[in-house]
Amino acid sequence: MKILEYMKNNFLFLDGGMGTLLQEAGLQPGELPERWNVSHPDEIVKIQKAYFDAGSNVILANTFGANALKFEDEELIMLITAAVTNARKAAEESIGTQEKFVALDIGPIGKLLKPYGDYEFEDAVSCYAKTVKYGVEAGVDLIFIETMNDSYDTKAALLAAKENSDLPVFVSNAYGSDGKLMTGASPAAMVAMLEGMHADAIGANCSLGPDQLIGVMEEYLEYASVPVLLKPNAGLPRSENGKTVYDVSPEDFAESVGKLLEKGVRIAGGCCGTRPEFIQNVVKKAAELTPVPVTKKEKSLVSSYTHVVEFGQSPILIGERINPTGKKRFQQALREHDIDYILNEALKQQDAGVQVLDVNVGLPEIDEPKLLEEVTKELQAVTDLPLQIDTTDLTAMEAALRCYNGKAMVNSVNGKQEVMEGVFPLVAKYGGFVVALTLDEGGIPEDAERRVEIAKKIREKAKEYGIEGKDLIVDPLAMTISADTKAALSTMKAVHEIRHTLGLNTSLGVSNVSFGLPVRNVVTSTFFALCLEEGLSAAIMNPYSVEMMNVYFAFRALHNLDENCMDYINYASALPKTVPAGSAAAPADGGSGTEKGSDSKELPPLQHAIIRGLKEKAGALTKEYLQDRKPLEIIQGDVIPALNIVGEDFEKKKVYLPQLLMAAEAAKAAFEEVKIRMAGEEQTGGSRCAFVIATVHGDIHDIGKNIVKLILENYGFAVTDLGKDVPEQVIVDKVVELHAPIVGLSALMTTTVPAMEETIKLLREQAPWAKVTVGGAVLTQEYADAIGADKYCRDAMETVRYAEEVEKSLKEEA
Amino acid sequence: MIENFLTQLNAGEISEPFGVVAEYTEYPPMPVNKKEVLRYAGIYGVKDGEISEQTEEVFEKAVELLSGKCKFLVGFKPVLIRRDEEGFPILPINQHSENLKKNLTDCEAAVFFSATIGSGIDGLIRRYEKANAPLALMLQALGAERVESLCNLFNEEIKAEAEAFGRTTHPRFSPGFGDLPITVQKEFLGILDASRRMGITLSESFLMAPSKSVTAIIGITKKL
Repeated sequence: MKILEYMKNNFLFLDGGMGTLLQEAGLQPGELPERWNVSHPDEIVKIQKAYFDAGSNVILANTFGANALKFEDEELIMLITAAVTNARKAAEESIGTQEKFVALDIGPIGKLLKPYGDYEFEDAVSCYAKTVKYGVEAGVDLIFIETMNDSYDTKAALLAAKENSDLPVFVSNAYGSDGKLMTGASPAAMVAMLEGMHADAIGANCSLGPDQLIGVMEEYLEYASVPVLLKPNAGLPRSENGKTVYDVSPEDFAESVGKLLEKGVRIAGGCCGTRPEFIQNVVKKAAELTPVPVTKKEKSLVSSYTHVVEFGQSPILIGERINPTGKKRFQQALREHDIDYILNEALKQQDAGVQVLDVNVGLPEIDEPKLLEEVTKELQAVTDLPLQIDTTDLTAMEAALRCYNGKAMVNSVNGKQEVMEGVFPLVAKYGGFVVALTLDEGGIPEDAERRVEIAKKIREKAKEYGIEGKDLIVDPLAMTISADTKAALSTMKAVHEIRHTLGLNTSLGVSNVSFGLPVRNVVTSTFFALCLEEGLSAAIMNPYSVEMMNVYFAFRALHNLDENCMDYINYASALPKTVPAGSAAAPADGGSGTEKGSDSKELPPLQHAIIRGLKEKAGALTKEYLQDRKPLEIIQGDVIPALNIVGEDFEKKKVYLPQLLMAAEAAKAAFEEVKIRMAGEEQTGGSRCAFVIATVHGDIHDIGKNIVKLILENYGFAVTDLGKDVPEQVIVDKVVELHAPIVGLSALMTTTVPAMEETIKLLREQAPWAKVTVGGAVLTQEYADAIGADKYCRDAMETVRYAEEVEKSLKEEA
Repeated sequence: MIENFLTQLNAGEISEPFGVVAEYTEYPPMPVNKKEVLRYAGIYGVKDGEISEQTEEVFEKAVELLSGKCKFLVGFKPVLIRRDEEGFPILPINQHSENLKKNLTDCEAAVFFSATIGSGIDGLIRRYEKANAPLALMLQALGAERVESLCNLFNEEIKAEAEAFGRTTHPRFSPGFGDLPITVQKEFLGILDASRRMGITLSESFLMAPSKSVTAIIGITKKL
């Protein structure tokens, strides 16, 4: 019988701990257990037979650490094949009469993926793929991915399993005592991602005993529509008389596991510290119980690497600002590859209160697949909000969905055959919650009825790909009322029908409705309120619009979606107070105390604001000045002099690093206003020489480099930031491309200084004109001299001074 | 922590010199040492109440952001020290370090440990390093202070236990100190099963992630 068939009506029992038993059999510390498959097959068979005898249905072959990072191909194939042979032999020799299956066991490869670590997601997928291929060739019945403590790593392993086999895949994660994975994922987030990618059973193993995992299991059971598995430790380990003992007895273990079987767990075994008698007791306990049927949970979920967002309860706000349409400044950022600008837009929207971020980086002259993948990776490194991948380019969509750490929202599919046939296979493979636009080959129907028909058609087609209605969210399209005054009525009616008759979630890009009208916010926000009343589940909207946020918070309070109106009260108390005319007192400058540097009160307001690090005020003043002053005049007359004052104070130790950075951020706010004003215009001078900056290969700490970059930019240098962990040749190529006169390299660790030295060596060969300055925690003047740098800069200000010096000598030469 | 080990040590009954399995302990949140945080942020010699209000605000914000996103996890394993002909300590790590030898002078045993405050801090730093440099700097400083405080607390407990058994401890010694290469980090983490049990992994260049993690060895000696 196939395992999935068997599981339908039965509990499934897994095996127990392996490590301790192997050690007792003589495995030495540091010895790789997988080698025992070949060197000590009898010991392996003996342990596994004991588990089958105890009643286990599934034995995990001894392949936990069998991966291409630990073994060369030839040995890897040999060890995996032997592991499966041993497990099969154990099944044959066992006296047990139960159904028996052998699983390929896959543990983490022990590398932390980017952005936490330095390992590429696709490299992890390739590494897992090898283990999967050899396991499949060796003839296992299923694949068991376990002890994963990072969601991204889990995705890599599951993707590898799905791409290289048709076998059932079980996925088990290791939770900390806080009920989260090491990198932050909640059980619900794992359920959303893993079910989206069609794992056949999911759950938890290792790290804790059964009682400590009750909360985690309850969350799985609440969200999961597939069988839930549990493979806990025998409690917590301690050392007693030189031996490791666990604090839960086989009887108590079975009692605890039994309670969770009663709650709905269907697959059980043990991990560290458990032995055959633990399994035996669990099997005995389960004989008294009836398996709880696995039910479909009609939950519409998207997830990030930490949490889920659920649709259909409280309305969901999707930030629309990461989109170049109609935004000159954003278009400029895309053309200049200014990823930081995009990230800031994301963080600002998060602060404004959205729950999901729409991501659209499509511009005709841009390589969208490459950029969308890059932006997706960068965004999920800085924000824990789920993303809505917004593109019509299927290659770009796949690239983004593949590297996305969670279950993404997909924007969008529509009723056109060709589009459905392109988008649905991607969603079926990577998981996703799909926006379905109610348009098709015949265009956008005017009336609500035909839009509902298209929604039905899309739902039917989705079913063919195994995508259920809960994973669709229909956008019945908001059209502008300035062109057709009946447009909004049709949309609202469609929202109502789709929500209440079809039972599907709905979303709208609400702001379209007011296009062409004055004071659009009034119309848009009222329309938003009306649609919410018809059952709208989500809106793609501008979170900086106070009117929209007013509607959102008021609606939730009025609809009993906001306990004690607390969210509304908090929102309202943070709203800016209406200031009576004539009393616009200057905000407090906060500059008391001795860590304050030069007295700036006598200075012009913008200079004062920058020196004090008042970011908002610096931005607002610049905006005001721009009405009647030239951008360059403001920069040279106010911003640079203010920066000079702070810089000199820093050099004299009158102010400290945090204050310097606050001033830099304020200056940046001023520059940003200037950029907005000048977006689309021809850039006119003002910019200084090129400066290429990078943290060297192997080093992933870059806060110091970022500080130097920020200050250099303040001083007008055209900084190209290559990021961290940058290969030597990439740095050299960029310097050559820009003919940059100066390069800044940062390294934090002694182990990465050789990479710095190598980079300098290559620069001398290929870009002999470039001056190289180095910095970072481990560097000193002596060190800098030894590796052939031109200059060691202690801090950001010293780097600025050096760059000015280099620039000056260049000008003199010219 | 290591009372069992010390009891056996006193009785001369250590059967496994390198121990069997590492143990793990989690501490409740500890008070923040503000002065230390400010020192890590580059503010020296400023008396409390003399820092600017904005710096104060950034400090408060960093503390608020990290609260609840920080754990205090330590993995440890006591081992018996034997010595080779040259007097170098024989340890479950491959080394020939003069500095470590000196640090462990007269030590009959030692405790390997790794401490981490988890990856929450790294997420916050990534979140703010692009958008708010002063806050990212302060978070960096706060993280450093948190993990150092954790190490100090663990060290004090080990010291107190050692003293109850007529012993004392030496200052902790980490990979990368003196001539002990940072490459032994891999073995340190292996001894403590830190990748699996604590989520601490190593990059190609031997950087630990989560970044606010520490490994070290604490010598235990009879010489008071």
